Amino acid sequence: MVQADTKRRLGYALLSLFMAVAIWEFVAVAVVQNKYLLPSFTDVFAAFLSILSLGQIYRDLWTSLIHFGIGMSLSLLIGLPLGVCMGWFWRANYLLNPIVEILRPIPPLALIPFAIVWLGLTSFSAGFVVFVGAVFPIIINTYAGFSTVPKVFVDVGKVLGCTSDLRQIRYIAFPAAMPHLVSGFRVACGTAWMCLVGAEMFGVSRFGLGQKIWWYYNLHQMDKVMVYILILGFVGLAFDTLCRWYISKKLLKWKVGEVS
Amino acid sequence: MGAVSIHHVSKRFKMDDGSEFTALSDISFEIAEDEFVSFVGPSGCGKTTLLRIIAGLDCATEGKVFVDNTEIVKPGPLVGMVFQEYSLFPWLNALDNIAFGQKMKGISKEKRHSDAMKYVELVGLAGFERSYPYELSGGMRQRVAIARALANNPDLLIMDEPFGALDAQTRNMMQRELLDIWEKQKKTILFVTHSVDEAVYLSDRIVVLAHAPGRISDIVQVTVPRPRDRTDPEFASFRKHVLTMIESMA
Repeated sequence: MVQADTKRRLGYALLSLFMAVAIWEFVAVAVVQNKYLLPSFTDVFAAFLSILSLGQIYRDLWTSLIHFGIGMSLSLLIGLPLGVCMGWFWRANYLLNPIVEILRPIPPLALIPFAIVWLGLTSFSAGFVVFVGAVFPIIINTYAGFSTVPKVFVDVGKVLGCTSDLRQIRYIAFPAAMPHLVSGFRVACGTAWMCLVGAEMFGVSRFGLGQKIWWYYNLHQMDKVMVYILILGFVGLAFDTLCRWYISKKLLKWKVGEVS
Repeated sequence: MGAVSIHHVSKRFKMDDGSEFTALSDISFEIAEDEFVSFVGPSGCGKTTLLRIIAGLDCATEGKVFVDNTEIVKPGPLVGMVFQEYSLFPWLNALDNIAFGQKMKGISKEKRHSDAMKYVELVGLAGFERSYPYELSGGMRQRVAIARALANNPDLLIMDEPFGALDAQTRNMMQRELLDIWEKQKKTILFVTHSVDEAVYLSDRIVVLAHAPGRISDIVQVTVPRPRDRTDPEFASFRKHVLTMIESMA
């Protein structure tokens, strides 16, 4: 039953992909008839093969992953403790909440000039922009998770000898808040991926998926621009799929049906 | 072990409008070692507040509580507690839930798991020790909760409407099993329930509380010999007596 359903889903997915590609090809070749405005699927596929043969794509991917890694690590390192404190200690919340609320609406890309002034045209300035985009979803979701731990779990813990704040955070609040932490992480990854492209377009390095989009745009090679756009999509999809698999199999296997 | 003495306990809450609400007023009584005592009373009579004070989870405004001559000021190993439904840690399997108290004491994983297995067997859940709470039925979950409280080896076990969410058959079965466990383990048990029938079936004594303010209205010694039979006229007359008392308060 379940297997039949999976097969059916796969069938429909392939059909939908095939149709999308066919429509794209038709519109590009028969309607638009302009490689600059809309390169066709076959053009883009050819461009993809030529980019692969150049070999620089791996360097681009690696550079972008470094920017992403710097930004995400920093935002976890700073966002998690902040969110935990705000969710668990009301004083920390009253103290930090106004600052978070004022800084949060600022679009991360607005900070690019300062990133460059402070950190130069380096991986760290791209990482900084990614960090600004990712840290708020992590703070907010961590806060939400820690401030809504059911009181009965804390009471049970106290009766069983889990009395200090540190132990309650580690043994009760942390696992109880895990679903929130996980969704914060996934939202942050999405924002980070978005900010990465913006940051790289400003030329912080000679490589990077976002940097190449701008590079090929300046060379008017829109087929290659499209290749990099699609790569960004597929890498994002692959990473999110990996996260979801890990989350449902390992982190939240106690919470069946929660991860979708 | 497990003698409880409650001395003139009162609890008042400050309301938002500045007035005071008296939840408990001057409650005093003694519970003997290994006694099974139930609290019944209309809703809002402060049963749960009183339990939480005895467990050390809340502080009394006035008065003191002693368990085995130790004053209770915060939660501690003398008192175990079984809560209403949904108190198991959903991220731990049954065995790790039961071993949680031992873990907090810093006991090695091997030792605490082998200890916890004894309690798994005591509550009749052998074979389900690796199951997560979502995989267990309501009755099984409460067995885990009882095992978890017992594994910490408290002198006094407090139970706050532990079977309230179970269906009638499961509930009756759990009551019989609780009495078995009580006889094997020799603990003092303090049991809060809405069901007079349950209180009469289980208890040595029933403390009937009145509300506004919460106070002891009467203490009934249940003299029906165990095992008790719900259809027995003597059982029925106790049930009627307590029910009449509660209804007269409403």
